[in-house]
Amino acid sequence: MPAADTIPSSDQRSRTDARHDAWFRGLLKFCALLVLAALLGAALSTLWGGREVLFKDGFHFLASDAWNPVSDDYGALAPIFGTLVTSLIALVLAVPVSFGIALFLTEIAPTWLRGPVATAIELLASIPSIIYGMWGLFVFVPFMASIEPMLSDTLGKLPLVGKLFEGPPLGLGLLTAGIVLAVMILPFICSVMREVFQTVPVRLKESSYALGSTTWEVVWDIVLPYTRSAVIGGIFLGLGRALGETMAVTFVLGNAYSITSSLLMPGTSISSSIANEFNEAVGTHRSALIALGFLLFVVTFVVLLIARLMLRRLARKEGH
Amino acid sequence: MSSSVYLRRRIVNVIALTLSGLATLLGLVFLAWILWVTLKNGFGAIGPRLFTKITAYADQGGLSNAIVGSLIMDLMALLICAPIGVLAGTFLAEYANRTRLGATIRFLNDILLSAPSIVLGLFVYVIVVLPMSKLTHGAVSFSGFAGAIALALIGLPVIVRTTDEMLQLVPGTLREATLSLGIPQWKSTVQVLMRAATSGIVTGVLLALARLAGETAPLLFTAFGNNFMTVHPLDKMESLPVAIYQYTNDPSPDLHAIAWAGALLITLFVLALSLLTRLLFTRHKVRYD
Repeated sequence: MPAADTIPSSDQRSRTDARHDAWFRGLLKFCALLVLAALLGAALSTLWGGREVLFKDGFHFLASDAWNPVSDDYGALAPIFGTLVTSLIALVLAVPVSFGIALFLTEIAPTWLRGPVATAIELLASIPSIIYGMWGLFVFVPFMASIEPMLSDTLGKLPLVGKLFEGPPLGLGLLTAGIVLAVMILPFICSVMREVFQTVPVRLKESSYALGSTTWEVVWDIVLPYTRSAVIGGIFLGLGRALGETMAVTFVLGNAYSITSSLLMPGTSISSSIANEFNEAVGTHRSALIALGFLLFVVTFVVLLIARLMLRRLARKEGH
Repeated sequence: MSSSVYLRRRIVNVIALTLSGLATLLGLVFLAWILWVTLKNGFGAIGPRLFTKITAYADQGGLSNAIVGSLIMDLMALLICAPIGVLAGTFLAEYANRTRLGATIRFLNDILLSAPSIVLGLFVYVIVVLPMSKLTHGAVSFSGFAGAIALALIGLPVIVRTTDEMLQLVPGTLREATLSLGIPQWKSTVQVLMRAATSGIVTGVLLALARLAGETAPLLFTAFGNNFMTVHPLDKMESLPVAIYQYTNDPSPDLHAIAWAGALLITLFVLALSLLTRLLFTRHKVRYD
């Protein structure tokens, strides 16, 4: 039996421990809640900063394509148009290429090649966006200017899609920005696809091979249906990146407030409008730019929400 | 008949696999193209005056104030986001792993991870730059401190996520063993579990550094830029990405050369960090697999 006088002291000790535990837990919880505060704060602060434009004449702001700092008349249509068009071009180009790379890395390449190539593709994601912008402006824009006449002469002559490839070969423009964005988001989509392709049970694939399927049939009929929701999630993740990307598109977009049918014409996007004009803007102009930021945040939030939900479905299927 | 079907399937297969190989090649070509252009133009422009002269001399100058500013802001950002991120990640892994709150925070953290950085810049502009300017009657507005907060917001989700994942890799038996000794949970978490996951947590911090070091957009309206050398956190502060942005927008080819040199510095720094973290991470994985 312990001596009588040690009992209260050990009791006291466990009480101190419990108190410290509660403090520690509180501290950790506070830090975790800061993550929520950051997201909520970003939404609320841009809403507050853009209130002058958003609430005074909200519908006009959303539906007008005017952007005139002199008469203080702002409409978000042209930047929204540019953001959507460049992101769509990026998706159309990046999704098949990412799929091809993921297929190569999971099914075709010899094992010794997979690691290095996967690392190289992921390095594309760690190159800062300003470098993409510089490369885009100084190297890729002249390159595009040299091949755009060819595009106009061939694709531009087609019915229907021909309209998309008309116009002077400036090099700058929606198409160029879309291609640069495609290169930027490719590693994100690819790494999701590669990761989920590896979760497909080997048994399923081997059964299919045993029935005489070709590699392509295994991928198209077994792997892809099995991972469908996560692949869509990965694509939305890439879309979220593309919508919010600033530096890579600002240089190559041409900064023109116009809505055109041709992809070769210059345009603007939400993020590049903000980056280009914010520091010179005052009053309503600045408020309009912050309101644009709010729109961008809401749109990307929804897109990323869908992406994460789709990705989580697969995680649940795995039993995590 | 059946052999023609078989032939068609074989042909489709060969075409698809060839295209897949070409896609990989295309990705690698873009990587090589961007790196090659940066290396070629950057090495041509690197010289001692890059590190000794400030941007105020324009084409006769260098980037010393931008380099110092970037170092200061990156370091401040890490000092802000590393402790918060590690503690938040610990909360998710150790205290809220299977709770609804934990799931929600983890989910929203993943969204913050890919949120547009320019909006985070606007956020800091509204909650830090504007109030500071009002408080000091315009004496302090844009500042290196505000820039660091914006960068910290970019690094935070990276650290939260890696810490969370790394702590979850620590075997549960370790938790049970320490708790069965009667050690309070905070001590078990800090002195045993976090120590076991140290290399993973460091990886997260380095990943965050690699991510925030190249960011431009959030600095434009928080730290603004400054053509002179300053180490005071409440001054407007130049940074490498913003200097590159300004010089690239300028028509002068001399400034473009300096921009390329700055681009090379950032790219080398970020790529070296990414490769280093990969090294740390694989070593870590081996230990727990």
